[in-house]
Amino acid sequence: MSSVAASFLETVRLRPRRPLLPGRLPVGAVLAEVRDARLSLGGAPILDRANLAVRAGEVRALVGPNGAGKSTLLGVLTGDRKPSSGQVSVHGAPLGSWSATDLAQRRAVLTQDVAVSFPFTVREVVEMGRSPWRATSLEDDDDAIVAESLEATDVAHLSSRTFTTLSGGERARAALARVLAQRTQLLLLDEPTAALDLRHQELVLSLARSHARAGGAVVVVVHDIGLAAAYADQVTVLAGGRVVGDGPPAEVLTPDLLSEVYEHPVEVLEHPRGGAPIILPRR
Amino acid sequence: MSARPAPVAGAAAPTRERPSTRPARGTVLLVCLAVALVAAALVSAVSGQTPVTPAEVLGSVLHRLGLDVGPLPAHPQGDNTLWVARFPRITLGILVGAALGCAGALMQGVFSNPLAEPGVIGISSGAAVGACTVIVLPAAGGVLSGSLAVAAAAFVGGLVTTLVVYALARANGRTEVVTLVLTGVAINAFTSGVLAFLVFIASPSAREQIVFWQLGSLNGATWRSVSIVAPMVVAGLVAAMLLRRRLDLLSLGERAARHLGVDVERLRQVVILVVALLTSAGVAFTGIIAFVGLVVPHVVRMVAGPGHRFLIPGSALGGALVLVVADLVARTAITHAELPLGMLTSLVGGPFFFWLLRRTRTSQGGWA
Repeated sequence: MSSVAASFLETVRLRPRRPLLPGRLPVGAVLAEVRDARLSLGGAPILDRANLAVRAGEVRALVGPNGAGKSTLLGVLTGDRKPSSGQVSVHGAPLGSWSATDLAQRRAVLTQDVAVSFPFTVREVVEMGRSPWRATSLEDDDDAIVAESLEATDVAHLSSRTFTTLSGGERARAALARVLAQRTQLLLLDEPTAALDLRHQELVLSLARSHARAGGAVVVVVHDIGLAAAYADQVTVLAGGRVVGDGPPAEVLTPDLLSEVYEHPVEVLEHPRGGAPIILPRR
Repeated sequence: MSARPAPVAGAAAPTRERPSTRPARGTVLLVCLAVALVAAALVSAVSGQTPVTPAEVLGSVLHRLGLDVGPLPAHPQGDNTLWVARFPRITLGILVGAALGCAGALMQGVFSNPLAEPGVIGISSGAAVGACTVIVLPAAGGVLSGSLAVAAAAFVGGLVTTLVVYALARANGRTEVVTLVLTGVAINAFTSGVLAFLVFIASPSAREQIVFWQLGSLNGATWRSVSIVAPMVVAGLVAAMLLRRRLDLLSLGERAARHLGVDVERLRQVVILVVALLTSAGVAFTGIIAFVGLVVPHVVRMVAGPGHRFLIPGSALGGALVLVVADLVARTAITHAELPLGMLTSLVGGPFFFWLLRRTRTSQGGWA
């Protein structure tokens, strides 16, 4: 009973304790890591000794066919899914050793499901992204950061609309604005481009790249290998729950590997201007 | 409080709601509700068989506070009527209404579902079973009003039912409309069976009390019942206000809320405790008064937006207002007779629930 009372008091405390603000790790340092994760659902193995590490300064794309385990691996990294074996660490310490607030100040997560249950406006939803910084010195910048995030994802003109009335693509961008407003060094994005048109796909991935150039890090699940090849510094290719390729796009995204993984012949061409890889299914 | 940028004139289309208008509307709503509540309480205090004027009500209150200002009731029974019958009744109405309104808002927040309400999903009847069990015990001797044991048993009944609903109605971090409502149907069916059994085994005097109490009424209000309910309601309201930001985040879904630093599991446990506390405070001495927790938060949301900063105090004030007015109607609509309060709120709230159900169905594209 006393532990119930203690937990009650802890939850309804008047002011949250002021946590020590997290330091930013230097470029090249591992921000989060999954080692040897195994996970099965209903007897079917979803992940089989999967590894994933993300370092400050890079955009890491997770690619692979449907059911390869991309979202599950990202879910293991965020803590939404518990692997049956393997380790997950954030800033070098086990995931379980961090409180929810500590984690929220270190990484922001965009899940595939971006529903909001009540008619909050887009601005109110984006303001929620600032909540991990309540009662810290960073709280003062809230308004500026919210405005900047709305602008960056091209939803500023929707800021007084109700979130529930937006189209799929608008919701996806508004949800991304909320994640950006969290201002964490690490961003974990599960298919942020799935509902977006061409312009906004490019917009979102260039946001990811500039975040990484500024010393941050991004893990992004994408279906379009062309986007991954164009914007990612590192690519992790998954197939059947296993990591089958890991490295810079030019080294990893080879015709042989992609043809095997997608079970469909794939060509990789060089763009006539600049030599960027163009990935095409053979038709 | 928060430094919001001042709205620039003509910056947005006039039909769009400005974000900066919401806090203003919320504050206006709270002030309006508070004024209306005081007015309704005053009207209720002067209404009834013993004539008392508003000035006499004020005078009587001031005299009790030690200020010899204003007239005392001219009627020989005036002062007595006010302090023995009407004031405890109005006070209990305010407390119970605030508890029910706030419990509704909390339920809807924690279930992420606008249809969750303690009455609809069976928590009120769970608390009623707890309270009734104590009432039919021979030791109770038919003393219904002001028994601490009744309140405690209502709390236990309410808590158990809340946990059951919670366990049964959730899947994958969200509650689907159809599951929630059907869980409520099942729980209400079961508890009405238990209540029928308790009525069956009760002594004739206890039986009559239970039947009237089940219909919901402020008739038995005494200062003793007020003194038991008041701390429960105040504690519940304070806890609800402290949880308001986390409840906002919960509307993003459990995972998103967790990624924003909310300990979702613990938040839920605390909210369940608070809801059980508020609901049992609302049921223990006044019976089942349904739909207050459904209608009031919904109207507040339409006026002031879904943020819990205004939703919780608005629902508490609104619930109190609704109950004071409903009780006034219940005891003055027919001379020499009193309508059951729960009957009134159900007659108004039932159709509203139906409308809300239809609307939710349309907005979610079928039964989610």
